[in-house]
Amino acid sequence: MHPASAFRARIEPLRGILMAFPIALFTSAVISDIAYLQSAQMQWSNFSAWLIVGALVFGGFAGLWALIDLAVSWRGPARRPALIHVAALALAWVIGLINAFKHSQDAWSSVGAFGLTLSILSMILVLVAGWFAYSHSTLREIA
Amino acid sequence: MIKTLLCASAAVLALAACSRSDPNLNQTGADPDLPGQNETLVPPMKIATPTGWNNEAPVVPDGFVVTALATDLRIPRQILVLPNGDILVAEGSGGHAPKLRPKDFIAGVIKAKGKTSVKGGNRITLLRDADGDGRPEVRTTFIEDLDAPYGMAFVDGALYVAEQGALLRFPYQPGQTRITAPGQELTRLPSAINHHWTKSLTASADGQTLYVGIGSNSNIGERGMDVEQDRAVIWAIDRQTGAHRTFVTGIRNPTALAIEPTTAALWAVVNERDELGPQLVPDYLTSVREGAFYGWPYSYWGQNTDPRVHPQKPDLVQTATKPDYALGSHVAALGLSFAQNGGFGGGFSQGAFIGEHGSWNRQDLSGYKVVWVPFSGGRPAGPPVDFATGFIKDGKARGRPVGVTFDPQRRILLVADDLSNTVWRIAPRQ
Repeated sequence: MHPASAFRARIEPLRGILMAFPIALFTSAVISDIAYLQSAQMQWSNFSAWLIVGALVFGGFAGLWALIDLAVSWRGPARRPALIHVAALALAWVIGLINAFKHSQDAWSSVGAFGLTLSILSMILVLVAGWFAYSHSTLREIA
Repeated sequence: MIKTLLCASAAVLALAACSRSDPNLNQTGADPDLPGQNETLVPPMKIATPTGWNNEAPVVPDGFVVTALATDLRIPRQILVLPNGDILVAEGSGGHAPKLRPKDFIAGVIKAKGKTSVKGGNRITLLRDADGDGRPEVRTTFIEDLDAPYGMAFVDGALYVAEQGALLRFPYQPGQTRITAPGQELTRLPSAINHHWTKSLTASADGQTLYVGIGSNSNIGERGMDVEQDRAVIWAIDRQTGAHRTFVTGIRNPTALAIEPTTAALWAVVNERDELGPQLVPDYLTSVREGAFYGWPYSYWGQNTDPRVHPQKPDLVQTATKPDYALGSHVAALGLSFAQNGGFGGGFSQGAFIGEHGSWNRQDLSGYKVVWVPFSGGRPAGPPVDFATGFIKDGKARGRPVGVTFDPQRRILLVADDLSNTVWRIAPRQ
């Protein structure tokens, strides 16, 4: 094995760890948003706000990783899943950023129908991104 | 991805920038123009960067002269003139609201940019200008070790001080320049969180009742309604026993109280809610009618429902009282004092001086001045008139007015400025 490839293989789990955060945090934000809309207890909305910020921070690092990975696999068979992964993650992140501002509004406006919609979109997109991140690793191993 | 991010950020900022003020709206007086609600992802914000006065002073009308009565104070807020002419200045800064959301960290940093870096004094300073030349011969720390003192009243030989958590009584000997005896606690005041910490204070005309204004614990209930118990109210406190009753409710942040001299009625200036757009909701001046509900948080200016409050209370909203007189959106009225004994004469004979600390929640800076609202027969009679301006110069803030006090004995107006830490003295030119 080429030394660079060996190094990549060794740090590959880091991608899984980084992706675990936005996947878990965006998903949890959907749950706490629903809890807020059901109960009107502000603490649920506060939870969502922090979950989304956490997803943005770790999602940003995961995105950086995904970009480098895309560049590396540009000429290989893994290009398509890598591209989908980057695109889905970027979109989840941008929607998450808008949602972070949405959740900074006060009381009911911090979530509402729009905030919940954004949370669900971020969750779906980050799950898509995760799906392709992990199938992508498998593809590379086959290659 | 970076490019997408930049575009997204630009779009988010643009959303805020879209909410510009319409200069054609009239937002003062009994029937202000109220535009539609305009909540944006980022509220429109403009913080005036502080700068020095450089030996200049506020601009006052022709025939008046303004001088700095005291400088280097430690966040002066409200002013009281004692019967012997001594001037008391309450200095300090309170509140201990925990940061609950990412927003609380960011908003704190942004708003701090428009404030002084000096630490609050937690004291009352005495200024004695017996010869009335505008230069105090005596300046002492009258009372120290207070907890964010704000409202003050003098009744029947005793000084009453509203700290952020208690109403205190201090015995007073005429001529005294320092009180070392601890204050007697007349009543504890609601102080948990203290998002709006200022406790305004005035005494009824007969001196038997002390009115204390207690601001809400949030902008619009975003800390939960449980913490709003006994908030956004004015208490009427029996001066002898300290027993209190709730006088009015739903009055978001009553930052200054005063008695109108011709009718002996209680009036207040009140700061209304933010983040519904640059021109919502107007802060107001109102007579305070016992038992009234002024809408917060469910509605504003009568029956205009605020969509941010859940569950809503339509039945309660139906009972909401419309305030008497709008001062403009986000002007942050913090000072109120009525002219007495003929005031300055002429156009300034009957009416109220109002200190406007200035806005953050709109792109066009608003407030940052002292206005005069003319009265006739104990009611507002005409649009507000600028009385002291020049606090903003070239988009930067040289000062921010807080408390205003008309002294009928000397015929002067005193203005506390908590940015330059100055008390300004405005007097007719001799």
